[in-house]
Amino acid sequence: MTDRINNKDKSPADLVQLEKSRLDKTLGETLRSQGISRRSFLKFCAATASMMAMSPAMIPKIAHALENARRPSVIWLSFQECTGCTESLTRAHASTVESLIFDSISLDYHHTLQAAAGHAAEEAREIAMEENYGKYLLVVDGSIPMDNPGYSTIAGISNYDMLMDTAKGAAAIIAVGTCATYGGIPHADPNPTGAVSVGDLIKDKPIINVPGCPPIPVVITGVLTHFLTFGSIPELDHIGRPKVFYGQSIHDRCYRRPFYDKGLFAETFDDEGAKKGWCLYKLGCKGPTTYNACATAKWNDGTSFPIEAGHPCIGCSEPDFWDGGGFYKALSMPTANITETAIYTAAGAAAAGVALGAMNRSKKNSAAAAHSDTTIDDLEK
Amino acid sequence: MSEIEFLNWVRGPGFQIAVIIFIAGVIIRFAEILLLGRKTNLAEAKGSEMGGGMRTIVTRSVPDKSTLKRSAFTIVAGYIFHIGLFVTIFLFAPHILLFKDLIGFGWPSVPTPVVDAMAVVSIIALLAILVHRMRDNVLRFITTKEDYVVWLLTILPLITGYMAFHRIGMTAPTLLAIHILTVELLLVVFPFTKLMHAFTLVFARWYNGAISGYRGVES
Amino acid sequence: MSEVATPVSGEIKFNIQVSDELTQNVKPLLHEIKHALESLIENGDTSIIDLRSIPLAPGEEDRILDTLGKGEVQAKLESLGLSEIIETQYAGVWVVTHYNDDGNIISRFIEVTTMPSILSSQTEDVMAAYSSLTLDLDENQETI
Repeated sequence: MTDRINNKDKSPADLVQLEKSRLDKTLGETLRSQGISRRSFLKFCAATASMMAMSPAMIPKIAHALENARRPSVIWLSFQECTGCTESLTRAHASTVESLIFDSISLDYHHTLQAAAGHAAEEAREIAMEENYGKYLLVVDGSIPMDNPGYSTIAGISNYDMLMDTAKGAAAIIAVGTCATYGGIPHADPNPTGAVSVGDLIKDKPIINVPGCPPIPVVITGVLTHFLTFGSIPELDHIGRPKVFYGQSIHDRCYRRPFYDKGLFAETFDDEGAKKGWCLYKLGCKGPTTYNACATAKWNDGTSFPIEAGHPCIGCSEPDFWDGGGFYKALSMPTANITETAIYTAAGAAAAGVALGAMNRSKKNSAAAAHSDTTIDDLEK
Repeated sequence: MSEIEFLNWVRGPGFQIAVIIFIAGVIIRFAEILLLGRKTNLAEAKGSEMGGGMRTIVTRSVPDKSTLKRSAFTIVAGYIFHIGLFVTIFLFAPHILLFKDLIGFGWPSVPTPVVDAMAVVSIIALLAILVHRMRDNVLRFITTKEDYVVWLLTILPLITGYMAFHRIGMTAPTLLAIHILTVELLLVVFPFTKLMHAFTLVFARWYNGAISGYRGVES
Repeated sequence: MSEVATPVSGEIKFNIQVSDELTQNVKPLLHEIKHALESLIENGDTSIIDLRSIPLAPGEEDRILDTLGKGEVQAKLESLGLSEIIETQYAGVWVVTHYNDDGNIISRFIEVTTMPSILSSQTEDVMAAYSSLTLDLDENQETI
């Protein structure tokens, strides 16, 4: 994965040559030349199918496709982000399998992981773009500031310019993390940098959104593997997320769901309900409105996920999750302080009501005063 | 506007606007009704207004035999959907949380499947009432446009709530947002339509009872 | 609620109760295995269930594995980390667990088949073996 990045001493021309020889090989050939048995490869494919939430019946197809896949060049751009997405990815738990996947891509630019810096790094990016124009995969994490370009620059290039320039020759773009996909935390109210997502700026390229803060590592690698395996982008939902991972809500796949249905809730973090593992809805769980694979893919070697650890879902794979009125406010609660609103309204309305009532009364009284008695004479007229 | 933005709006400013209109509307209408006062009754009192009034508030909840015979369907279906509305609005755990957030205390909920069943029963009852109303010549004649609007705004939160709970047709955030929005619509029109009967029925019954009580007769 | 998960010495256990009330997925899964066995007997159809694709509460995966138990065959595979291929006490039902180099589980399947495909020697490997044995015999004619 890091041959270009580690080969600082080689000239760019040498690197290109090296790259070409590797790009010409299929993944199957590369693996066999490394002495990896077909059986190991099958194991890898089984793990991959599981990771991509695909039916085990797909394993032979994945094996066939991967054996004939060629290494794509990958350029990874990081904008207004915290590197959490990269941290998540590099700690992907199925280390052996991930290393195989990374062996099968050529990560040509990633300014956090690469040894080169400054102009040398930018040169690597430019060479990769030139060599693989129209074929490389662009991965982006972080949002793009549209207010003042100076908020975030790399080697003196604004995030916007770098994204637009690099996106031109990309076969597809993978937006990784909620910042790149929907603006994320930089976009949170009042959005001081004017942060926007990749999808806000680029309309003419296929974009795969892989949101999450951070996304589940196997989801990132799963999307990469899908692209590698099938050379196409997976089926996406209405906000650009791959359906295999984001097709079901946390709530629908949650093992605590039966407690919700029965009306058994933890009221606080340390009550009997919390200890018994009851539903966390009342503690602000955003599981019902959040689509992600946490409940089945889980985190940390498939150990657990936030709800299993006793914390409500904060909905990090949804747009504007930061502005939902608080992580501990249940979904059915209003986000504003309605009690205050109600009191002020009641006071104001009471005053208005009294005034209106007084007006009506005086109207009534004057109407009564204006009444004159009707006599027989009047009726006879 | 993304679906989460939509949800955040209905949970935030949207709900605030609806609550302001609802509370202001209800209070102003009440003030108007109560401050208008009633004509002084010059006749001599033959009994207590309070006793008759209070009794009637309760007794009018039970339909008398002849009325029940005449409009059995309206009364039974009406009771069913009113009880259904009460259970779904006030005894569903997420709704209780909302009230707790507003008034500082909550009460026990009933199991979700019960609420679910009540919602379905209420929807069926409301639909049946509409069909009955449109097929009956007299009822159709006395029904105004406002009545149809009110009917629609009452059944919508039930339907959208049912859809949001079972996630039918759309994504969860959109369904939830639509459900909250329909409730907000109901709140907004509430003070200015016949929906006000939820509050005014108590006063109306009291007046009826009080008049009879004053005369010393049973209401 | 049935009994609380019994604490294992030296291991931190949370007071999360393990029972059918957590998810209803344990029994249906066992029934699915039964049906898979049925179609293996009748049509020879093999099936694979990915345990990671099913929402399971803490302890539920263990309950499934406990119910299935261990049978006669226990094979170990050393390739890209360890893999365990265990026939359960129900012949034809296999539990295949893949570990990575760090010993973490990367995937776990229940296979209903007479022989999990990963156990058989792969054609490509057999071909490679043939050529390497041929090569070895040619090179070391004196020593062997």
